[in-house]
Amino acid sequence: MAPEAAVATSDEVVADVGVLPDIGRHEAGGWTVPVAAALIVAALPLVISPYGQDLVVRIAIYAIFALSLELLVGATGLVSLGHAAFLGIGAYATVLGSGDSGGSIALLVPLAVGAAAAYAVVVGALSLRTRGVYFIMVTLAFAQMAYFVIHDTKVGGGSDGIFLYIKPTLTVAGTTLLDLDDRRALYYTVLGALVFTYALIAMLLRSRFGHALAGIRVNEQRMRAAGFSTTPYKLAAFVVGGALAGLAGFLLAAKDGAVNPELLSWHESGAVLLMLIFGGIGSLRGAVLGAVAFTLLRELFQSEALLGPLASHWQLTLGLTIIAFVAALPRGLIGLGARLRGVARG
Amino acid sequence: MDLSTFLVQCLNAVQYGLLLFLVASGLTLIFGIMGVINLAHGSFYMLGAYLAFALAPWFGDLFLVRLAAGVALAALFGYLLEWAFFSFLYERDHLQQVLLTYALILVFEEMRSILVGNDVHGVPAPSWLAGGFSLGGLMQYPWYRVFASAACLVVALALYGVVNRTRLGMMIRAGASNRDMVRGLGVDIRRLYRIVFAGGVALAALAGMIAAPLSSVYPGMGSSVLIICFVVVVIGGIGSITGALIASLLVGVVDTFGKVFFAEWSGVGVYVLMAIVLVWRPEGLMKRGA
Repeated sequence: MAPEAAVATSDEVVADVGVLPDIGRHEAGGWTVPVAAALIVAALPLVISPYGQDLVVRIAIYAIFALSLELLVGATGLVSLGHAAFLGIGAYATVLGSGDSGGSIALLVPLAVGAAAAYAVVVGALSLRTRGVYFIMVTLAFAQMAYFVIHDTKVGGGSDGIFLYIKPTLTVAGTTLLDLDDRRALYYTVLGALVFTYALIAMLLRSRFGHALAGIRVNEQRMRAAGFSTTPYKLAAFVVGGALAGLAGFLLAAKDGAVNPELLSWHESGAVLLMLIFGGIGSLRGAVLGAVAFTLLRELFQSEALLGPLASHWQLTLGLTIIAFVAALPRGLIGLGARLRGVARG
Repeated sequence: MDLSTFLVQCLNAVQYGLLLFLVASGLTLIFGIMGVINLAHGSFYMLGAYLAFALAPWFGDLFLVRLAAGVALAALFGYLLEWAFFSFLYERDHLQQVLLTYALILVFEEMRSILVGNDVHGVPAPSWLAGGFSLGGLMQYPWYRVFASAACLVVALALYGVVNRTRLGMMIRAGASNRDMVRGLGVDIRRLYRIVFAGGVALAALAGMIAAPLSSVYPGMGSSVLIICFVVVVIGGIGSITGALIASLLVGVVDTFGKVFFAEWSGVGVYVLMAIVLVWRPEGLMKRGA
């Protein structure tokens, strides 16, 4: 690829690296847009139906999941096709840790996040020995290994999955502060987790650590020449990304009250990459926007009320939409805005 | 484990490994030469299996003619697909290739569901390969499995001959080590790409056709093969045919004997093998070029 880049225009060089040069650079408006969006979502339960609230919760969980991958793909330039493993491990840890009498949030969150992070340490240490397309294949293969362990052995109830009969609660000195069985409590917990994840990643990217990741993404060779030992940085990003995916897994298990091996399947890993590219790689807002767009699109394509008989062939419509979308808008919805502004300017 | 069981498992391991080689060799060449990561490669294996199912009533017992017809159709399909779709992927980055070929899987799976349905279908082995030979005691080894191994071996040798002894093979090897230099030397790289891609599709489809009577044809059969083939490519080293052969046989042995000794945990064995290779030689057993 490198010799081609030498004669390509600067635009193509960016495409060759795979991501926009400066994460967050085009996030006009600073904090106002995300804060306003969070406040609007916080007010939504006053006006929308329980079905709508469930949909928002689902979207928000996928947004956390997408943000956790954005740290790898967008910020560090590591394209992982095995991210669903961490989501699934977080979800299974939650259900297995709950036992028959339900579990405490204070215990289950560290358990889910820790389990996902532990697997991320192992997978990261091995897969970061490779790069580029090898990395894609190795992350996919290790995610598939986790899938087989859950699917084929008795550890996680086999292919049927397990039910979580009693949702996690937070009890201090006999008073229940938070019960995730309650729709509203779940809603605000998930929203809080999304705000936390967004703020954490935004802060990480502004720190020295984030700048090092950006340097690795753009030119790892130069970073090494400048005296950075790049592997620990990449591993740290991989583990933080995996841990946050584990948090999304905890929330997903608490929401659905059941887990099954399909959570770890590579279709999920592909879907979360799609969310990133739908929204636009290299932007935290893009990741959230992509999660919204993708989840709604999947709902739409599966809705018989709207599409009739076509709904049973939703994979076809989704596949063709992806092809059209990636071909026409390689920079995602965020890029569409920039492109329209460019057209307006002439 | 007595000797005859051991022998049967060895034959199974080799047969599975050789079948994997047919799929993985196309995958490793397509990546090595065109730089395209093709998630839809497993779909070509599925295509072959369903072709075997669809063509079965037409050819009756003319099994070899059926294979040839299926391979020809698959190669034509691959040629057209490269022209219509994959030729637009070369300049895209890996992430977009992943997504576009992922979308292609969804389309192929849904087309299969529309055309053939979601049932599991059996494909009959030809009557002249019915039965088996005795391997000491009560163990019988089916002739069809012997045929499958022999056919894969013949194709593997032919592939080796083409890659190492012909002018086309020379260009393929050169393309795998340095694409830009080959282009610079005036080779019509587009034509080379198209041939390699069609060849890769034909190999994967042939593997599917051979496997169909053994495994029957079922939805999602492509993706499990695809991921094992990724493991094979990672172990063997991208772009190396010899590496793919060694890695396929290794994976065949580990998987077959894993199922015998560890039953429930057998799915993990192949990935442990991959982890060991990654620690020992991160670039794969047979590293290509500089």
